[in-house]
Formats: sequence, structure tokens, C-alpha cells
Amino acid sequence: MSWINLRELAKKRSLFTSGHRLCAGCAAGIIGRLVMHSVPDPKHVVVVHATGCWEVAGTIFPYTAWAVPWIHNAFENAAATASGVELAFKALKDKGVVKKVPDIIVFGGDGGTVDIGLQSLSGAIERGHNFLYVLYDNNAYMNTGIQRSGATPRYAWTTTSQVGKVIPGKLEARKPIANIIAAHGNAYVATASPAYWRDLMEKARKGIEYKGPAFIHAISPCCRGWRFPPNMTIRVAKLAVETCAFPLWEYDPETREYKLSPPSLAIAKNPKLKKPIEEYLKLQGRFAHLFKPEKREDLIARIQEDVDKEWNQLLELCGIT
Amino acid sequence: MMLALNGDEAVAYAVKQSNVDVIAAFPITPQTIIVEKLSEYVANGELKAYYACAESEHSAISMIVGASAAGARTFTATSANGLALMHEILYIVSSLRLPVVMAIVNRALSGPINIHTDHGDSMAERDACWIQIYCEDAQEAYDTVIQAFRIGENHKVLLPVMVMLDGFLISHTTQNVDVLEDEKVSNFVKHRIPAEIEVFGKKVPLTLNPENEVPLTFGPLDLWDYYFEHKRQQEDAMEKSREVIRKVHDEYAKISGRSYGNGFIETYNMDSAEYAFICLSSTAGTVKSLIDKLISKGDDKLGLVRIRTFRPFPYEELPKALEGVKGVAVLDRSGAFGAMGGPVYNEVRSALYDSDVHPFINGYIYGLGGRDMTMEMLKSIYDDLVETVKSGKPKRKIEFVGVRE
Amino acid sequence: MSEDLAKPGWKQIPIAGVPFKKATEYHTGDWRTFKPVIDQSKCTKCLTCWIFCPDDSIVWDGNTVQVDYRYCKGCGICAEMCPVKAITMVKEE
Repeated sequence: MSWINLRELAKKRSLFTSGHRLCAGCAAGIIGRLVMHSVPDPKHVVVVHATGCWEVAGTIFPYTAWAVPWIHNAFENAAATASGVELAFKALKDKGVVKKVPDIIVFGGDGGTVDIGLQSLSGAIERGHNFLYVLYDNNAYMNTGIQRSGATPRYAWTTTSQVGKVIPGKLEARKPIANIIAAHGNAYVATASPAYWRDLMEKARKGIEYKGPAFIHAISPCCRGWRFPPNMTIRVAKLAVETCAFPLWEYDPETREYKLSPPSLAIAKNPKLKKPIEEYLKLQGRFAHLFKPEKREDLIARIQEDVDKEWNQLLELCGIT
Repeated sequence: MMLALNGDEAVAYAVKQSNVDVIAAFPITPQTIIVEKLSEYVANGELKAYYACAESEHSAISMIVGASAAGARTFTATSANGLALMHEILYIVSSLRLPVVMAIVNRALSGPINIHTDHGDSMAERDACWIQIYCEDAQEAYDTVIQAFRIGENHKVLLPVMVMLDGFLISHTTQNVDVLEDEKVSNFVKHRIPAEIEVFGKKVPLTLNPENEVPLTFGPLDLWDYYFEHKRQQEDAMEKSREVIRKVHDEYAKISGRSYGNGFIETYNMDSAEYAFICLSSTAGTVKSLIDKLISKGDDKLGLVRIRTFRPFPYEELPKALEGVKGVAVLDRSGAFGAMGGPVYNEVRSALYDSDVHPFINGYIYGLGGRDMTMEMLKSIYDDLVETVKSGKPKRKIEFVGVRE
Repeated sequence: MSEDLAKPGWKQIPIAGVPFKKATEYHTGDWRTFKPVIDQSKCTKCLTCWIFCPDDSIVWDGNTVQVDYRYCKGCGICAEMCPVKAITMVKEE
């Protein structure tokens, strides 16, 4: 029996409150609410945030949308900041200043996690601090205006991977951040999509309760940067999973095993359910150049090849062959 | 109790006695002995603190931000490139009003890479809103680290404090250090008590503690409409720190029997002086030796003003100390390319401008990358200064001492 | 600029940059061009809209589902995801 009782849960207001200034339809707001509703004890949690659109949108001075203690330090050091918070509360608990060490949740975008913050995150994971790091991956530096990141998928348009006569958007594939974190060996790692909210919440709770570092890589469709209407956020987040562009899985550091989560496991069991990547791409204006003025079958095929290779590699990791 | 300690060991010993909760650091020569000793103290159980080995100085100071915001007493140490890597976060530490204490073992900044002392590293951070205290020897480094916790954590201040000691010259040179009993230090520094602020109609400790009545947000987006007010508050705290630095210095003098001038500047043979040297840190020791030598030969006209507290800058104390002096030689152990002299030179001249004290002021840049400052060099500076005063023509040009043409 | 000068001075605001207002005092409902309207006769109270609202603007009191228009930015995710199409987006006057 899951701890999630929707009718009871929905009576509570979010610890990340209304009045924040994320764009209409932003997935980060949904991910934030779902994660914060997964906190076992709302009275004992501290949130650490990397610089990014969500960090900014939640705390435009003199306002704060955080109903829990919250700290933002800089762009590249959220994991290090969280490490310090954890050590301080351990020390203060030893001295009897606080009753218990709070749960620590870190939120960082793909810029702050995959690129500029990777070193500090890797260092913190290696040291084994007890926190849950949630990467909300909107595939680019959205806060500064949709610039390419290490998490931007191949052929996506961004303002620094422009589409021109010579170059069709970003030429490189994205960095496999969740695998990189899993490779540290000591962290609970999971991927999640807000479309599969119950899965996301269960993983968040698991990550919080895991005694050690936990990392959730959540896909966070961005209507402004990906160029789709704001009401389509969850549809896009769902298609990412259905096309296997963003499969859902977990890594258990105790057994060192990868495991597909139910929505992706269903596809693994019945490959006919796997939708072509084109369905995901065509919803998004950042891939419009793959369809207009003429359809670029070659580029779409290349993206499909990326997806298939990653998916097959994942199946192998999960022991499904 | 007298112990044979080098400067780094003296710093670590002071930290061990100061009820520190969290230490995060990354090793860099010549700071290394500090972190090695602290690791040893924690491993032995002599120091009940959490010691984290960061994967960079940037993460070390970032961890310290998290720990200090949570309410812990924190310490870190670094040098040169490590400090430069921390640069971004130093401003965040002071803006969040975190009373962090950091020892800087002064070392020349790359490049070319060099491991020996000069003050280019900490001088580059002089506008980060950290209190900066430069120490002459290992004893002073020990005493100042203990004082630093009391200064920074004072509720009128709430600013971070940097304690400087010269790389190798002090950090790796063993001297007799008179350490206080553990209990005496513990009673002096006590434990950190977070300040309270009023938010949402409640008075709450300025920490991340979820057990506070109201949860606080640290580090929001602060635009044109409030950023300036927050910076103005920092300046106010820096001004208020003057009184606290003096009081803590005097109070410490009572329990230790040691004082360093008035806590801001220390003078040597200034009563009879017509000429004065102004410098920071270990060079003061060599200057004192020169003055003694000159006195033994019948010349008592040279005195020394050692600036101990560089931030906040002692602009009121300096003119008083220099009254009646005809010529001043300001020694800067850091370059200031394209400026009209090094940082100490510029601050000193600025401090005197509105006063009635207007001696000739010559600026000398020396000792970059650990180049020795010898008695002979100091004597030649003295001669040069006397010559300037006699000629009646100010130099207004920076001299480089000890560099080959 | 004159507006800025009317705001509290440095002696009046808390130190350390700690915010002193709750975001709930800031009504993002002003941003909206279309507003979600729930047809209570169709609503099955499945709370899908509550789950996916980025702005915590769907309110469930245990009996009915309502929209908190003070904050709803009108993204339309609730209407798009409602399994029984009980929500329609209506242009603001």
C-alpha cells in the first residue's frame, strides 16, 4: 500500500507556495510541488537551490514562496552547500542544539547540475552526504534565455545552438547525467517524469529516506524554451517516456542494480508500445526545422538512433535482453 | 604553556580550542599543515567537529556557507589560487552575514605559478566585505584566530573574518608560541549564538534551523530596489566592527597578557621618529630589527607603523600615529598594475588627505613571489626616503625593491 | 525610481537579505488571459488537476474542487489533462 492518499494529500497546500513567478505551465512548479508533498515531515526539511529560473522565480525579494528553510548560494555549488548544511545539523545535534538532522532536498537545473555544478555534485556524492538532489532538466539554460547545455538533445534549437543553413541546431548528444551519478556506486538514482506523478513521488520519498546521497533526474518540459503551448507540458513529459527519449528507471546502490520503472518496463515487455521519436519532436518548436521547410528524415533518423542506442544500453543494464 | 609551533600549527591549535563545529577545506601549499593538523585532531577525538575534505576550494567555502547558515561555527583555510577560486563565494558569505573564520596563508597568485609569499591573494579580496587582519608571527596568528570568532559572531558585526599569515616565512617557521589553556580559550570564545532578526512579526534566529518559529529564506533574487540597501547594511556592519575589534583585542589582552598595538595598528619607535615605514605582516619583524640596529648606531629617527587590521581600514588611527613625521615609506607586498601604487600605499595616502598630517609618502613594491626583503634593502629604502624629504620633491612614482633590472 | 524611494530603507529591513513578505501576497492571477472554469456537474473529483497545477491553484476541501484565481496563471494544463473534460478555458473579460 502506497503512502500516497491523494484525497488527503490534496487538502494540504504546497510548501512551495502560490505566488511564485515561474512561467505559466512550467513543469518545475509541478515537480517542486510533488517533491515537497513527498517530504515525510514538513517540519524537518531544508531546501537548497542552485541558481536558475526556479530559484529566481521563487524568491524575488522581498517575497519568498518557500514555507520551509531555504538557501540559495550560487550556480555551481548547490551540492556543496547542502553538504555543509548536513554537517552543521549533525554537529548541532551532537551538541543538543537541534533535536534532529532535517531532511535536505536540493533542486538544480541542468545547467547547475550537468554542466557548471557537476564537480561539486560529484564531490558531495563521493563524500556520501545524506541529501536528495533533484535535477529538473529543462534541457537548456532557460534562466538566461534558452542557451544550449550539456543536457540539450541533438538537433534542438537553442539561442546558442542556432539553426542555420549550415548547422541544424545542437550537433552533439546529451550527457548521460543519471548514469554518471549512478556510476559513483553509493547513491540512490532514479529518473522521473511529472506525467508519472505517483512514480515521481514514490522515488522522491525513497530518495529522502535513503541514508546517503540520492539523485533524481526529472524531465521538466519548458514551454518557452521548447516552443509548445503551456497546456501541453504534461503531454510532452508523457511522450518523452513513451518514446523512450526519457525512460524511467532506478539504480539501487545496495544491490548495484538498475531496474526499469513500470511505465518503461511495460515498453520493454511489449516493444510495440514504444512510440516513434517523431511524435515527441513534432510537438516542439525547437525541432521545427526537422519538419519544415522540408522534412529531414535523415536527422530524425539520427535522433531515433540515439534514442534506440540509449534504450538498448539501458535494457542491458537492467538485465533485459 | 609554551609550545614549539610553526604558523600553520599555531592556527590549527587555535581552531582546535575554539569550539568549531564544521571545517571544510582543500589542501594547498603553504596552508596544508593547517588542514593536516585539523584532520589529525578530529581523527584523535581531540577536536569534536565535522571535517569535510572538499573537492575544491570553491566547494570548501560553499560547504562553509551551508554550515554557517545552518548555525554552526565554521572554519576554513586556503592560499593564493585557492582563495581566487573562492572569490565568487566570498561576497556571498558576507552578504548572508555569516561569521565564517578563514586563515589565509599568503602566497603569490599564479601565474607563473609560485608557492611563496606575497599579499596579492588576500589584497584581491579586500572589497569582499570580510574583516582582514594581517599577522606578524605565529603567536599573533594563534591569538588572532581566537579573536576572529568573537569579532565575526558579534551581533553588531556578523561578518566573516580573514586572518593572514605569510606563507613559509611564518607558516613553516617554528617559533615558541604561548598557548592558553583549553578552558580559557573555550570560555573566551564560548559557542556561537546566532543573532535574531524580525521577520513576519516574529523574532527568529538567523539560521536555517527548521525548529525556528518561522522558516527563513537565504539568498533570494535581490534587484535594483533592495540590493543597494543590503550593501549599505554591510558597510554599517563593517563600521560597527571597529569597536568590536578593539574590545575583543583588549579583552583578549587581559586573559593572555598579549596585545598588538590598539588592535588596528602597532607602532614601534614612533615617539622619536621623523621617518616611518608602513607595512603588513612578517616584514615588520625585519623593519624592527633595522630600527634597533639604527638606534644602536645613534639614529633613532626611523619608526614603524604596522597595519594589523586592513579591513576595516584604520583611517583615523593612521594620521595620529604619523603626527610629526616628515617622510613615510609604504611597503606593498602586492602589485597593482596600472594603479598609482600598491593597495596599502593608496589607502594610506587617502587616509591622510583630509587630515592635518601631510608627510612625503613614497610607495615601494617588494617581495613578490617570496623574494626576500633584506635589512640592506630596507636600509636603502630608508636612505631613499630621507633623500626625498631633503630634496623636497615627492616621488609620486612607485619603486620596485629587490627586482633585477 | 520615485516608487523605489518610497520603499523601506536599509535600517528598516532585516539584514542578510532575508525576504520579509510571503509570495502568497503576490497575486500572479493578473497574468491570466484564459481562465479555467470547472463544470462541477462533470467533475469526478479525481484531482488530476490538483496534481498537475504548477501554481498550487487548485483547492480541494474534501468536497469540491475549486480554482484559486488569485494565483492561477491560466496555463490550461488542468483543462488539457482533465480525464472527463470538466474544465474549459474561458477568455478573461
